[in-house]
Parts: sequence; C-alpha cells; structure tokens
Amino acid sequence: MNTKTVLIVDDSRAMRAMLTSTIESLGDFKIIEACSGFDALRLLPRESADLILTDINMPDINGLELISYLRDNPNYQDIPVIIISTEGSQKDIDKGKLLGANEYVVKPFDPAMLQELLLKYLNRP
Amino acid sequence: MSDNSASANKAIKDFLAEAEEIADQLSTELADLADMADSGDLNPDLLNSIFRAAHSLKGLAGMFGLTDIAELSHNMENLLDWLRLGKLNLDPVLMSVLFGAHELLTSLIRNVSEGGSSNQTAEIAACVARINACLAPPEKPSGGSPIEQLGLPDHMRSALTEYEEHRLLDNIAKGRSIYSVHTSFELITFDQELSEISDLLKTCGEVISTLPSVGGNMETHIDFEILFGSTQKLQYLKELIEKDNISVVQLGETLPPPPSSVLPQQIAVPVAPPAQNGSSQPLSPSIPAEDDTRSSKSMSRTVRVDIGKLDELMNIVGELVLAHSSISGIATRMRTDGFSRMAIDLGKAAKGLERKLTDLQKGVMEIRMIPIGQLYEKMSRIVRKISREQGKKVELKFYGADTELDKLIVEDISDPMMHIIRNAIDHGIESPESRVARGKDEKGIIKISSYQKGNHVVIEVEDDGNGIDLEKVKAKALQKGLVQDVNALSDKDALDLIFLPGFSTTDKVSEVSGRGVGMDVVKNNIAAVSGMVDIETTKGAGSRFIITLPITLAIIKALIIACSDRTYAIPITSVLETLLLTADAIKTVERKEVIQLRETTLPLLRLDHFFNFGRKAEQSGEFYVVVVKVAEKRMGIVVDDLLGQQDIVIKSIGEAFKRFRGISGAADLGDQRTILVLDVGGMINETMRSGN
Repeated sequence: MNTKTVLIVDDSRAMRAMLTSTIESLGDFKIIEACSGFDALRLLPRESADLILTDINMPDINGLELISYLRDNPNYQDIPVIIISTEGSQKDIDKGKLLGANEYVVKPFDPAMLQELLLKYLNRP
Repeated sequence: MSDNSASANKAIKDFLAEAEEIADQLSTELADLADMADSGDLNPDLLNSIFRAAHSLKGLAGMFGLTDIAELSHNMENLLDWLRLGKLNLDPVLMSVLFGAHELLTSLIRNVSEGGSSNQTAEIAACVARINACLAPPEKPSGGSPIEQLGLPDHMRSALTEYEEHRLLDNIAKGRSIYSVHTSFELITFDQELSEISDLLKTCGEVISTLPSVGGNMETHIDFEILFGSTQKLQYLKELIEKDNISVVQLGETLPPPPSSVLPQQIAVPVAPPAQNGSSQPLSPSIPAEDDTRSSKSMSRTVRVDIGKLDELMNIVGELVLAHSSISGIATRMRTDGFSRMAIDLGKAAKGLERKLTDLQKGVMEIRMIPIGQLYEKMSRIVRKISREQGKKVELKFYGADTELDKLIVEDISDPMMHIIRNAIDHGIESPESRVARGKDEKGIIKISSYQKGNHVVIEVEDDGNGIDLEKVKAKALQKGLVQDVNALSDKDALDLIFLPGFSTTDKVSEVSGRGVGMDVVKNNIAAVSGMVDIETTKGAGSRFIITLPITLAIIKALIIACSDRTYAIPITSVLETLLLTADAIKTVERKEVIQLRETTLPLLRLDHFFNFGRKAEQSGEFYVVVVKVAEKRMGIVVDDLLGQQDIVIKSIGEAFKRFRGISGAADLGDQRTILVLDVGGMINETMRSGN
C-alpha cells in the first residue's frame, strides 16, 4: 500500500490549511504544500504527486503557467490537476480546461462537492 | 462534535491571522500607492500586489462564510482590477474610496476576531456604492489586438492572464519593444538563477510573464520563457544577459505603436521609461525588483509565533529567575551556617546558571521586540487620510524607526499615539492659507521620533502648528468646573489640565478628535503600560508630546521596600538613589514636604499618607527616602525600610483593580509571596499636581 500524495499550491496559508484538513478527513494521504507556482516547480522533482490542487492568482508563476508546464512535461502530464480559484467566469474556466486542468472549482465551494471530486481522483488505481 | 468545533475554531483562527496580515499589507501598500499617485509615477507591480491582497481576502472570506468581508473585498478587488487593467485613472477621490474601504475591512476583521456581531451592513452598502460610482462603463477595445502582431507562440499566449495581457498591451502602447528571453536552468539551482535573471531584467524594463517550459533534458533541466518589455535595444540586452543557456529574441520586430483607438483611452499606469531617468545612468532601475525575491525568501527565514506562547515562555523564564534567586539564597545561608565548601560550589554553579538565564531572558525578550517602525506605517496612513479630510497639508517625518520595543507595548501605545497625532492635525496644524499668512510653509510638519534612553524608550510627537493656547485651556477648565482658581497655576500645571477627564478645548465636536475620547484616556492608556506623557508647547510655533515607556513589561529588577508592615516593589529603572535621613531634614514649603538634596529641592511623598494607612505616632528617628525619577520629574518616597533588590515578574492585577491609584501591578517574589508594584509615574504626577 503506498499512500497517495497531494500537492496543494496556494499562496494563502489559511486556504492551504483548509484544503489540508479536507483531504485529511478523507483518509491517509501525504500532503505537500507550495505557496506559489514557483514553489511547486521547486518541489515537484523531489516529491512525486498523484494529484495537484492549484490556485490561479499567485505571485511569480501563476496557476495557468504551472499547468501549461505540467502538461508539456511527460513526467507530470498525467497528474490530474484541479484548479481552485475565485476567478469563476466561463472564460476563465475554458482557459483553465484548455490548458489541461481536469477540474475547475470556483471559490467559495461546497466542501462536500470538493470531497467527492477529490475521492474521484484519489481512488483511481 | 467537539472535534468538529475545535477544527472550525482553528480554521477561523487561521483565517484571522492571515486576514490581519493582508489588511496590514494593504495598509502599507495603499499608503505607498497614494504617494506614487501624488508623484504621478505608478508601479504596476505595487498595484497588482494590492489587487492580489484584496483578491486573496475575498477568496478566504468566502470560504469561511464571512459574507460581509467577502462582499466588500470583492468590490474592492473589482475596483483594483479596473485600475490595474488601465480602465480607470487613479485620482484622489478613488484613493480615498480605497482608504475608506480598507478601514471598513479592517474593522470587519476586528469584529470577527473579537467575536462581535455588530451590524455594519449599512456601512458596507455605502462603501460599495462609493466603489461602484467610480466604475464607469468600460470602453470596449476595438479592432485587432496588437498582441496578434507579436507572433506570440500559442502556448505562451494561452497561459497569459488578463492582467498579463494588459501589461503586454500597455508596454506596446508605450512604444517599448517586446522580447522573449529563453532560459534553460538546472533543476537544482533554477530558483536562484531565475531570480537573478529576473532582477537583472527588471533594472531595464518590465517582466510581463514567466512561463516554465520543458527543455531538451527534462530530467535535469527546466526552461523558462520570460516575456519582457523594454525601451532598450536588442543588442544591449544580448550583451547584458546572453549566455550559453540564455537567449533573447525580439517579438514582432519593429512593431509600430498601435493607433490609440485600439487601446483604452487612458492608460492609468504610467511607468517612466528608464531612458528618461538620466542619460548618464542607462541602467538605473525603473521598477523596484523586490517583490518576487521577497515573497520566496521571507517564507523560509521567519516564523510567526502567537504572542501568547511568548508570554508563556517569558513566564517560565521569570519563574526560572525566581528559582535561581532562591538557590543563591540557599548558597548564602549555607555559607553562614558553616557548610563553606559546598556553599562555594553551589554559589559558583548558581552564578553559571545566572549567566545562562540572563542570556535566555535576553533571547526571549529579543523575540518579543519589534521595531517601532511598524507603528509608523500605520500612522502615515492615518495622517494622509485625516489631512485629506481636513484639507490640511501635512508632512510626516519619522526618526528612529528601528528603535525596538516590546510587541505588547507597541500594540497598546498605538491608539494613544494615533489620538495625539489626530489632535495635532485637528487642533495643531493650521490650514494652508493661515500658515502662509503667518509666514510658515503651507505644509505642516509632524515629526515622530523615538530613541532609547536607559531602560526606557522615548517617543516624541512634534508638530509645527499653532501650539496650545494656555489662556484658552485655563478658561475652559474654569468653565467646566474642573478647577477653582487658575491664577495660581504655573504654565506647566495649566498644560496638565488637558489631561483631566471631561476636558476638550473645541466646542464643536469634530469628526477627527472628538470621538468621545479625551486626553485623559490617552494618559491612562499610556500609564497602563507604565509609561508617562509630557507636553511642551510654544504658542504659535507648535507642541511636542513626549511619551516615555519601559522597554519591556515582562521581567524587571525592583527595589523591595517596607512601609507600615507592608511590602512593595519599586521598578529599579525609576530609582535614582536611596537616602537615610533624620526627621529634621524635612522642610515644609507651601504646605508641601520637601528635602534639600545637593542644591535642589526634592518633594516628598509619604507612602503611608498616600495609601491612607493612618499611623499611630509620628516617628521622629531615622527613615529612608527612595529618590525616583520618571521623565525628568523627581520625587522622594518616604519608606520604613529597604529590603533589597530582586528580579520580579510583573503580572496584571486585572480590570477590577485597574483604577487603584498608585499601583501598577502585582509581582511574584521567589518565596510564594505576592506583592504590589508601585506606579511611580502616576504617583509623581499626582504629587506634583495636588501638593499631597
């Protein structure tokens, strides 16, 4: 049994804490936190991730730029990515999906809905 | 269930910690923005950072179900978005709307943290209306976007956010060339190298976006495409940055500036092209490059600690110090009881322990210390806001921003200082017209300086306004029935009248100073942290408020004294010397008891009189006088006995006892006894005023 790893990319500490506790309530998962896209790029070669949750609006490298890189890189292109952002217009959602995000969750969201979504990706073999 | 509520509690705590941090950041950055608006030079990075702060707050508040905060920050974010996208011009009206929104936001956050549920819906609605009034219908850009002509690769184009697109357009509109800098770094060191190249680029232009991409060897390398706008020529950039792993190409080659109809009519975010900064310094930075590096570095170098934890730690240190005192006491007793050998060893060990304890105490104390400059930032925002409201021109000058003070004292001193500054603008600084008429510069100056003086920190707030009119003060005090006779009052005493409860010299209650808070509250708040406030004023030329504060409240050395069979502690920082006198040394001048001390007259205070102990018979023999001094005022306290010097941990005695005159707190002595600590500052003031 190997534990699955979730990478949370968000510049808000409280947001990361909240996502962490949501994931922890679902079972035994390893959680890595990054405070920006830049930080995530630094962590990824060292820590493999089975699922990535990312904000869009972040300092230095933003969520869209991060996803664009992930989808280009054969090492990461299969990792599911869920965008969790305050930006909620159809244009934003289309843009995120076009770049290769698997899901797009608009803040504020219903925790039960996120849990369901998380389980969908974390329960994959 | 309880587990649930505990985690909900923690979540709210997390939210508050971050929300307060964001509000602080907004406060500083909005002040910077106002400065830049004044000088007409806006930094897009700063504007974006402010936008992001409002954006984060909105997202956070929404997640935690705080709809008020979410709604307000959402509207603020909207306004800031229009600003950063160049759809609006930053003018004073807009700036004051932003300041107002921030203030309301701060008070909403404070409400949550205090668990209050005061209804501010009306205020929020008013604020939102003001924000919406600023949002005119957007001008629709027409025609093909000049971005198309850049020939930007699809993968770069699709990862641009709306803001980045705007920055790109703005750069093109300014006639800057757009470059794509391609870099390839090793995975292990890319963060440093990327920061270096970004910093270098920022010295001669604007970094619009940084897109990571997969390079030749993705196992060991990571590539970046940096979109960059600059007035510099391609050749110059090539010489500046090109290496084996860094190349630069110009996009769209010689792109003509687009016709103005293509872009929003007014570009609100002008950035001075570096070439105009002076031809002799072609490399002078036009955009401060701090933001990116700061955000990644500060994360790893600092930790945030709950002040409660530090208090706990300080208490433990305090108790250790007391434990040490009893060990040294035992060593001394052993020596007198004849266990000399072991007593000496124990004494030595205790000395060693003492040294380390001192280090520990200093260490913990240093963690609690914060530079007073943090307070200054808050002040500068208030000053800008009030002077704008009052139509007065005020320049704030700060000195000694790195003077350090206990975090709790800084917090407690913030409100009184704010009030003093409000007063200075409201009553002190004159309108620009009357200043000019008096031959002064139309801009008033408020100088805030702080410096360390022995074990105290002195903060001075000085204005060059009208000064305090003593005759007006006296008349007012008479009219209000605060004093019976003003003729006998010295100027100094007359000035002290403004600290009396119920005193206010202006009849009309202004929005600024007249908030039902008088100078008496200011004085009490300062006294609550064992501080004192003094005023100096010159009519027509200005006033100076001098606040003297202890550096820390946690552990202090104290002189333990006895009087009428009771023991008290006097903080050693206020003790000058002790004297042993005989009764005939006391003279009575104007019904006050004084002694002659080296050519000066020292007023005396009898502790037993002060506390109304009532004494059986007047003693005629010898007695002790403790000479104390706080903020240039000296006095002698008559006591029965001196019991020695000791470290004490001062604890607050709670709200119920706060009004007890002469007492500032309680302290633990090592031997389980608790004694009261004298409020020397308060006693001096009372003695000087009443003539005891």
